[in-house]
Amino acid sequence: MPPDPAIEFRRVSYKIDGAQVLSDFSLEIASGETLVLLGRSGSGKTTTLKLVNRLIIPTSGEIRINGLANSEADVIRLRRGIGYVIQEVGLFPHFTVERNIGLVPSISGWPADRTQDRVRELLQLVGLAPETALRYPHQLSGGQRQRIGVARALAADPPILLMDEPFGALDPLTRDELQREFQALQQKLRKTVLFVTHDLREALRLGSRIALMESGKLVTVLSPQKFVRSDDPLASAYIKAFGESLESANGGRP
Amino acid sequence: MNVLRFISQNRGQVLELTLEHLWLVGLSTLFAIAIGIPLGIVIAHRPRLKGPVLASANIIQTIPSLALFGFLLPLPWLGERADRLAILALTLYALLPIIRNTFTGIRGIDAAVLEAGRGMGLTESQLLFQVELPLAVSTILSGVRVAIVISVGLATIAAAIGAGGLGEFIFRGLSMVDNNVILAGAIPAAILALFADAAIGWLERRLQPR
Repeated sequence: MPPDPAIEFRRVSYKIDGAQVLSDFSLEIASGETLVLLGRSGSGKTTTLKLVNRLIIPTSGEIRINGLANSEADVIRLRRGIGYVIQEVGLFPHFTVERNIGLVPSISGWPADRTQDRVRELLQLVGLAPETALRYPHQLSGGQRQRIGVARALAADPPILLMDEPFGALDPLTRDELQREFQALQQKLRKTVLFVTHDLREALRLGSRIALMESGKLVTVLSPQKFVRSDDPLASAYIKAFGESLESANGGRP
Repeated sequence: MNVLRFISQNRGQVLELTLEHLWLVGLSTLFAIAIGIPLGIVIAHRPRLKGPVLASANIIQTIPSLALFGFLLPLPWLGERADRLAILALTLYALLPIIRNTFTGIRGIDAAVLEAGRGMGLTESQLLFQVELPLAVSTILSGVRVAIVISVGLATIAAAIGAGGLGEFIFRGLSMVDNNVILAGAIPAAILALFADAAIGWLERRLQPR
């Protein structure tokens, strides 16, 4: 018997105020892979992500985490076992970096010295100086804040990470830097990552597979290699739009 | 400087009335905080209750204070003593700014911060005590500050129903047509208001989240 997928969507639909946000969505995410949900805004990517940690409850269907329906689990314990990173980061402005990163471990009952060691380890992991621990979020740059956001999500060493356009608000150079760091981190940690983006470049770079979504439906799931050669009309539309932007910058030469 | 002479000649009574005044304002503010902050928290989380709660507190504010004292007079136990009545009326008046600022303070928190907190697995009470209240505290305190300044002024009217306080001098001065006596009530009341305002302002800045 093959092992249970880390995350499994079984015929999930979600409707709110009469609008069908997600319809009959089924998808399996294997342990240790980085699955990218790619689609334009309003395609249902973020909804799909929030279904996993029950920030959104499906209208029908179920989501299984390691073979267990997430509706059966205690929602607080479920969420503490899933790292969550969002575009706006959402650091607690009244906490130091140290308290921000150490919050989940400390409310999960870790002893203070173990939490402190973990914070130091994580700061190093995301490439920040140890002195950063005592600073407040407003004293940091956007890139530093999102590094803290990633460190905070990793704090209690959850096997699953949900990332909702984590690098979307950063300038291109910082984004590139963080994408590269994320790749290196993922090489090391092998978390199961569900990653939302509308940026094809990011999807091709980070994803082990790309799930393409459009108006609440899953269009296709492809590896990056197959995605660039796909004859799926939506996938090729993405590739074409991306290619044209390079071409126009290049003065018409491909 | 006849006022100062009058005050120093009657300093025992000025002190006594000032303490009475402080008692009326202090106790009513504590009650208003104990009721208003929880109500503000509730309506911040249950938007459907927001309309009715704020509307009720608003209506209370529009009742002229003398009339409110009159309306409350027939109440059992409370109606027996003027200071109880005055404290109840002052509590009711202080509710609106406290409820409204608690609501505004909590609703003003960046949605991403709350979403991140929830997504990380904070319980609703951890979210309230570790995130929402600390981030709303300076807004809540500025509501308390407004409530106190209003109360210090309103409490002078409580003397009309015999609740004591610095209003005694003001009413006595009015009937004697003696400005010095009026000022002997008004000046300490103004000083109290300024002092309370400065003290809460200081607390507000101390507790301000970064």
